[in-house]
Amino acid sequence: MANTEQEILAGLAEIVSEETGLPTDSVLPEKSFTDDLDIDSLSMMTIVTLAEEKFGVRIPDDEVKNLSSVGDVIKFIQGAQA
Amino acid sequence: MGLLDGKKLLITGVLTDGSIAFHVARLAQEQGAEVVLTSFGRQFRLTQAISRRLPLPAPVIQLDVTSDEDLAALADRVREHTDHLDGVVHSIGFAPQSVMGGNFLAAEWKDVSTAIEVSAYSLKSLAVAAKPLLGRGSSIVGLTFDGRFSWPVYDWMGVAKAALEGTSRYLARDLGPEGIRVNLVSAGPIRTTAAKSIPGVSRLEEGWPERAPLGWDIEDPEPTARAVAALLSDWFPATTGEMVHVDGGLHATGA
Repeated sequence: MANTEQEILAGLAEIVSEETGLPTDSVLPEKSFTDDLDIDSLSMMTIVTLAEEKFGVRIPDDEVKNLSSVGDVIKFIQGAQA
Repeated sequence: MGLLDGKKLLITGVLTDGSIAFHVARLAQEQGAEVVLTSFGRQFRLTQAISRRLPLPAPVIQLDVTSDEDLAALADRVREHTDHLDGVVHSIGFAPQSVMGGNFLAAEWKDVSTAIEVSAYSLKSLAVAAKPLLGRGSSIVGLTFDGRFSWPVYDWMGVAKAALEGTSRYLARDLGPEGIRVNLVSAGPIRTTAAKSIPGVSRLEEGWPERAPLGWDIEDPEPTARAVAALLSDWFPATTGEMVHVDGGLHATGA
């Protein structure tokens, strides 16, 4: 079952918030993981792993480096679910 | 019948589902073992998430091998899940970036000592901490990258591996009378998260697939995991202090 963009954003915001302690409403599509949310590679691996589990998709390691913003991840997950 | 039926194993070093230790844990479960994983600090949540990708979910307990407190608590934390252990897997290594990647001559002791403490001394720490749970016929297996030679970019991590290899031989000496075996698997290069963190790691991988008599797949941890499982099993009952190469045979060639 494919999730809507809003559902993916909400789920992702929850995962990012748990990992970083940032409020969920600071996790917006235009935010960059490294520049805006200050997320390092270990946190990114954790977030990706939990997102894969939550949304039933696989995000290959080689793809992760292309996903610089929250919106990039949402788009990738939507594409993978389609 | 599985190779590891009924065995209770403690497995360190599961970070992602690409980790060698993850494949050891998966294979061990497939072969009938019960598995407890360890992790620590910020990695803990990732290890927990990855543990759910094993054939059977495995508990994850806290263990920082440089923490006296964690080491002292290890046996009790394991006992919450199993009353004894038949095997322990050491898949732990760390070196600051400053001591790898071609900075051998510039490296400073503070960073080198971290590499040696986390990557080599930790085998002793882990063995001693787990010893109250280990009986006759049990097996400790660690992972190395052949420390008899110098390698491109590996630098002080290579020295730490040489120390790990020495440590395993002395542990074999001192734990042998209690029936505990200690062996290492020296794997060829495998593209794990840990390997990717070595600056210039492709220089280590270059030529390996072509030069190894059996060939070598840097994406495939399975042969290494199988060797670890074999050493954990009852099929190497008189082998200790040994380093088994799982490298496609490269170590045996001069080519």
